[in-house]
Amino acid sequence: MIAAIQLNRSELLDAYERMFAIRTFEETMRREFAAGSIPGTVHLYCGEEASAAGICMLLQHGDMIASTHRGHGHCVAKGCDIEGMVKEIMGRRDGLCGGKGGSLHIADLTKGMLGANGIVGAGGPLACGAALTAKLKGTKDVSVAFYGDGGSNQGAILESYNLARLWNLPVIFVVEDNGYAEATPSGWAVSGSQVRRANAFDIPAAEVDGNDFFQVYDTAAEMIERAREGGGPSLLHIKFTRFYGHFEGDAQTYRGKDEVAEARKRDPLDVFRNRVLDAALLERSELEAVEGKIKALLEDAVIAAKNSPFPDEADLLTDVYVEY
Amino acid sequence: MPRKSYRQAINEALRQEMERDPSVILMGEDVSGGTGAPGEQDAWGGPFGVTKGLYTKFGPDRVLDTHIAEVSYIGAAVGAAATGLRPVADLMYVDFIGTCLDQLMNQAAKFRYMFGGKATTPLVVRTSYGVGGNGAAQHSQALYPILTHIPGLKVVLPSSPYEAKGLMIQAIRDNDPVIFFENRALYDTMGEVPDEPYSIPFGQANVLKEGDDVTIVAFGRMVSFALTAAESVQKLGISCTVVDPRTTSPLDVETILETVAETGRLVVVDEATPRCSMATDIVSLVSTNGFATLKAAPKIVSAPHSPVPFSTALEPLYLPSVEKIEAAILAVLDKAPINNAA
Repeated sequence: MIAAIQLNRSELLDAYERMFAIRTFEETMRREFAAGSIPGTVHLYCGEEASAAGICMLLQHGDMIASTHRGHGHCVAKGCDIEGMVKEIMGRRDGLCGGKGGSLHIADLTKGMLGANGIVGAGGPLACGAALTAKLKGTKDVSVAFYGDGGSNQGAILESYNLARLWNLPVIFVVEDNGYAEATPSGWAVSGSQVRRANAFDIPAAEVDGNDFFQVYDTAAEMIERAREGGGPSLLHIKFTRFYGHFEGDAQTYRGKDEVAEARKRDPLDVFRNRVLDAALLERSELEAVEGKIKALLEDAVIAAKNSPFPDEADLLTDVYVEY
Repeated sequence: MPRKSYRQAINEALRQEMERDPSVILMGEDVSGGTGAPGEQDAWGGPFGVTKGLYTKFGPDRVLDTHIAEVSYIGAAVGAAATGLRPVADLMYVDFIGTCLDQLMNQAAKFRYMFGGKATTPLVVRTSYGVGGNGAAQHSQALYPILTHIPGLKVVLPSSPYEAKGLMIQAIRDNDPVIFFENRALYDTMGEVPDEPYSIPFGQANVLKEGDDVTIVAFGRMVSFALTAAESVQKLGISCTVVDPRTTSPLDVETILETVAETGRLVVVDEATPRCSMATDIVSLVSTNGFATLKAAPKIVSAPHSPVPFSTALEPLYLPSVEKIEAAILAVLDKAPINNAA
């Protein structure tokens, strides 16, 4: 197991590409939502990229992730098709979920993405189930449950800690603590600490700076290896900030005046860029090449999605059951 | 043909399917009952003894005693089903569904649809239901209408040992999430059950008796009550058709409409409470699709709109009885009720 700082060029570029793809994807969705091309709402992951990228880089398609309502970042980082994602979010027939799920239920089980979830905390038990499958089949696959500081209080999550420890499940619990559960700050809603809660169930846990890809990657790597080797569950408490609201349209008046501006000074993309450039691990031109590629990819995806057909009336009733 | 109990029939179905398919696992509270304890490991075999012997035969990797935390283990069963196992999870009493309804209602039921057909969730949740044994308000409910209401779930109510084995085998082989309702009062009832595995398709009602005058639709334990009532009114020259839908989702509406078209009269017997129930659902389906065939307004025999009482003086008044079914048959034929006091 190598430290993130020792990743080779192409791996570091992969990491950057994942993060930049998430950022560009989300900024594009923000723009499109404001322009009225996206129905419903979106929950943007900007500011949180290092978490999804740092963790998902360590996973294969057989490893399952259970995501949150803020699921685009996990979906991109897990390797889901970006054009399929845009089409899904725009409700198109050949979207990732046939236009039947949308942003809140975006999924691709073939890539190990068990779905964004509209129910806070529901992913804890689901990830335990995926881990149980891996354990009983002896695959050495792991599962990851993502949830927020808000979700961390759900009975589903606390029960999952107990189950995972008792059954020694290869699951990593990831608390994506961006300081807010909708409009309620974590200080108002979370008693004790995430790490101590896990430790109370005899689950090893660590807190990391979620703006730093390298910290996330290294800590997650240790936990994933522990799970693969039969060591059972771990908990990773990621502390970072979301740049935008709980949902698009959230005026965020509950935040401090300069809070977001301050947070942007530690933009995870800048933290990564500065580190790799200062240590001469990558050239600026290489980063810019990735950026150009990703920007073009997103623009093409949006155009393709807008030209893509909607589902037919016949699609309304398909896939309620395998067979009825 | 060997005679087995309802309990044995389900045990046999589980054992045979677990022998056939290594991805079938059981999990629930005390499904083994004793795992990790100093005494007997397979001490209970489930709270009602249905899974006795399966831990001994298949071991702790296939029969998993869980902690008392339904959200996590029912949810884990959902996640395991979506990722390649075929779990049979036990929700001890359907009254406990409040704890874990999200994992069934919003997760298992909806994966396939929300993910555009790209998920399969072959989960079975066994649960027990029904009035009896003075279980009282929180251990006696019949909540199948709530699950029937949810698109994406299938709901099964076996009425006899033969039905129980065939429907359980079907449930395990079915690729959709299935909620399997076992009436506790039926566990000791006996019936003919073939030794070899067999499956009974979902959505196919069983017509147990054919008659000209009244169609009685009944579920679960109420099927035998309906048969007893039908035999009793035969002495008055009334012949009844008795229909057991077997599954409330999918529901064999066609068979129900066909028999009502022949008799023109419908009595529905349902042990559940009456608002938004299977009884009202069936009466509505028949009224809207078969109105012209009805000679009289349908009658429902159900529990009252009340929690289940504890006292031995009250519990028997709560459950639909053979007498109440006979009275409904007479009423739908516009005949005077029998004066039992005479």
